Amino acid sequence: MATSTVSRVRRQLPTSPWLFAVPGLVVTGVFILYPFVSTVVNAFTDRRTLIPGEFVGLANFRELLHDDMFWIGLRNSALYVLGVVPALVLLPLLLALLVQKNIPGIAFFRSAFYTPVVASIVVVGLIWVWLLDERGLVNSLLETIGVGRVGFLSDQWLLLLSAMAVTVWKGLGYYMIIYLAALAHVPRELHEAAAVDGAGAVRRFLTVTVPALRSTMVLVAALSSVAAFKVFSEVYLIAGPTGGPAGEDTTLVMLVQRTGTGLTGRVGYASAISLVVFVVTVALMLLVLRADRREES
Amino acid sequence: MSVVEKAPPAPAPAVVHRGPVTDEHGRRIRVWELVLRYVLLLFVLALTVGPFLWQLSTSLKGPTEDIFSSPPSFLPAHPTLHNYARVSDTIPVWDYALNSLKVATANVVTNCVGSALAGYALARLRYRGRRVATLVFILAMLVPAESIIIAQFTTMRELGLNNSLVGVVLPGSVGAMNVLLMRNAFLNLPFEIEEAAFVDGANVWQRFARIALPSVKGTLAVVAIFAFMFSWDDFLWPLIVLSDPSKFTLTIGLNYLHGTFANDERLVAAGTVIAVAPLMVLFACLQRYFFRGVGEGAVKG
Repeated sequence: MATSTVSRVRRQLPTSPWLFAVPGLVVTGVFILYPFVSTVVNAFTDRRTLIPGEFVGLANFRELLHDDMFWIGLRNSALYVLGVVPALVLLPLLLALLVQKNIPGIAFFRSAFYTPVVASIVVVGLIWVWLLDERGLVNSLLETIGVGRVGFLSDQWLLLLSAMAVTVWKGLGYYMIIYLAALAHVPRELHEAAAVDGAGAVRRFLTVTVPALRSTMVLVAALSSVAAFKVFSEVYLIAGPTGGPAGEDTTLVMLVQRTGTGLTGRVGYASAISLVVFVVTVALMLLVLRADRREES
Repeated sequence: MSVVEKAPPAPAPAVVHRGPVTDEHGRRIRVWELVLRYVLLLFVLALTVGPFLWQLSTSLKGPTEDIFSSPPSFLPAHPTLHNYARVSDTIPVWDYALNSLKVATANVVTNCVGSALAGYALARLRYRGRRVATLVFILAMLVPAESIIIAQFTTMRELGLNNSLVGVVLPGSVGAMNVLLMRNAFLNLPFEIEEAAFVDGANVWQRFARIALPSVKGTLAVVAIFAFMFSWDDFLWPLIVLSDPSKFTLTIGLNYLHGTFANDERLVAAGTVIAVAPLMVLFACLQRYFFRGVGEGAVKG
């Protein structure tokens, strides 16, 4: 009786199922999948915003090889991954351990640590531009304790480092929550057994917590490395739209935005750079996941 | 997935009785450890919330007060709303706020309706091509927005929707991840209730609207909140698609304000406070769903 009802429900093929899915499918098709195909096609043309363009083969990619700005962008985006990912894998984990115990007021601290995640990246960027200013709070504190003022926003490398610090600062709370959810599943018995064996807090962290959270750490590494390679807003706001005075802080996505938009935008060339962004992003994801599997075996 | 919901309840009575503080398993926490924890918590609190308060403090300092002093003065000597008035004299900040509100509201409505419908179709309805439809959303979720943003821009131009708020909303109007979140939520509902409704003669629409949808309100709230936050905070896409200053959203307007009046820190500070305040209020009221969304999103992502 029950099974026949199920199969009757399943067997009916009215038009409405498609009507249900249509809005989502149309939006996804027109604004995600079509632009993706169009990016691939455009990468092999000399299309500009106002000029349809013609097929040029690999010319865009050959130009990339000789474009200093492209290599600067690739270098900065890669450095961003190297700088940001270790910090975002480790610091939020320590933070999660700090807020894990239900001591009085802990809910307040958890929420407070999450506020940078909620704020817009533009707000966060501008707050830090002011904090790191030559005459800003960080420098007046540094001067007060006798270190002296640091030109965070004038040196090419300090600019990039400052942007990384902002990315880490904004991401802490997000990954903290991911770790908190995972920590709730670490069996307490493991900790107790290790404690009985005389392991101290640091040793228990390394031998119990880290192995138990390994897959979560891989997830965080994957999420944060993909996000770091695609960095745009932080650097755009802190180093300026040109990526520093001579553009030496430009990231790949900044280059895409600068090259491909506006009425004179070189859509074809920007699409070639976009494809590089796409390929590296997917490669990063696969790399992290493969590293995970190798460790497992 | 909510951390807040999942965490074991704190032993509140022990706190009230001013007895020793215990952890979630009823064990005593040593005093020195407790002190150390609070010291660290306050340190991180200063690092995470401090910058926002410094921005608020800067925005309340009058034109005669030194904002560059060393050592810094954390509280405004004579708090004033003068800078907020100046922001609205300098840029049409309330129009920008209204534009942001329109975009965010539209984004919430389209995402809730679109992803609930599509999620239901993927989870519950049987039709040819369902697997393909699911695959379409999974593939769309894997494509990084930044890598197709130029083509999205040319697509908008082809549709004549560039430089319009509709153009800002459309690409993210039914997020693939939201569709998959809703699909999972519907899949987790017991099939028997809908089966009973079917026997009682309820059609597809009635089963969706009266039975399935009310049971996934929590996930729908997560979708709504993240849609709002995402579009209120979004920067790159509106920066590319909007060129007419009268159509700017708050984030683009702030970027413009900073670009033009970078040396007027009080002004920029007031602008950022205006942009961030609504979200902070929203977060304070609906924290549960913010945290829950992180858990569900991470599992999916």
